Amino acid sequence: MTIYNLYLFDRDGQLLHYAEWTRNKQSGMTREEEAKLMYGMIFSIKSFVTKVSPVDLREGYLTYTTNKYRLNLYETPSRLKFILNTDVHAQGIKELLHQIYTQVYVEYIVCNPLCQLSKPIESELYAAKLDEVVKQSPAYASRPA
Amino acid sequence: MSRQSMRANDPKKVSGELFTLTYGSLVAQLLKDYENVDDVNRQLERMGYNIGMRLIEDFLARANPGRCYDLRDTADKIQQAFKLYLGVSPSIGSWSPGGDEFSVVLETNPMAEFVELPDHCLGLRYSNILAGVIRGACEMVQLEVMAWFIADQLKGDNVTEIRVKFVKRLEDAIPAGED
Repeated sequence: MTIYNLYLFDRDGQLLHYAEWTRNKQSGMTREEEAKLMYGMIFSIKSFVTKVSPVDLREGYLTYTTNKYRLNLYETPSRLKFILNTDVHAQGIKELLHQIYTQVYVEYIVCNPLCQLSKPIESELYAAKLDEVVKQSPAYASRPA
Repeated sequence: MSRQSMRANDPKKVSGELFTLTYGSLVAQLLKDYENVDDVNRQLERMGYNIGMRLIEDFLARANPGRCYDLRDTADKIQQAFKLYLGVSPSIGSWSPGGDEFSVVLETNPMAEFVELPDHCLGLRYSNILAGVIRGACEMVQLEVMAWFIADQLKGDNVTEIRVKFVKRLEDAIPAGED
């Protein structure tokens, strides 16, 4: 089980933070272009799923799986989006994303009056704590898929 | 002192009195700076708005409430938040016939515990920060509301009452190039 990378988007689609742990293949475009592509895709998929889904999607958690990886999206009611790419066998990602939200984002960004919520995150403390939370989760084993 | 031994159990909590007194000195300083009661009211509401924008994230993280399907759910969540953050249990009532307005009624207001309003400040909405908090928090979850005080124990009313009115639901911003 491996965790590849994490994108954090705010309610307007701006990339607030990007962190990666294992990435063997680059996408060949700049960080901004990749972020816009990712956000646009998530927005389209969410709107598609809400229209087509036979059951009510209200959880804020969405995932899609390809042969090679799984994309997990956690969207808070305040429209903050955490997108975590993992390998296909990862378990417990919903709890991990919720943990990242409560123990890292809320603790270190929301409660810090000097961190503006609409600007990209520059706090090293946030990055360090995020790294710690992800590395100690059971989904992060060093065995690549 | 017994109070210190209680506090030692959770270093993150401060005493309620410290909070009340800090808020009081904040309002007193604002009055000194602005000298105009309406300006102070407006500033308090704005400060509350900024607080509410962040407080909602903390509330979502701690209480993990589900989505609200209608205004009654929202009223329940606001009640829950008052209990969580101020330790008071307000009652929700006075629903308008259309179901788009309601009142949050506080029997005691912990923020105004030691306060008496002097004669030259009778227009001051002392706890106006709470109205701003409600507005800011709701806006972050796509709900535009208006919140204002209609009764205040500091002015001689029986209870402190905040009126909340639903304005509209805010839609997600569509990313550029998607339309």
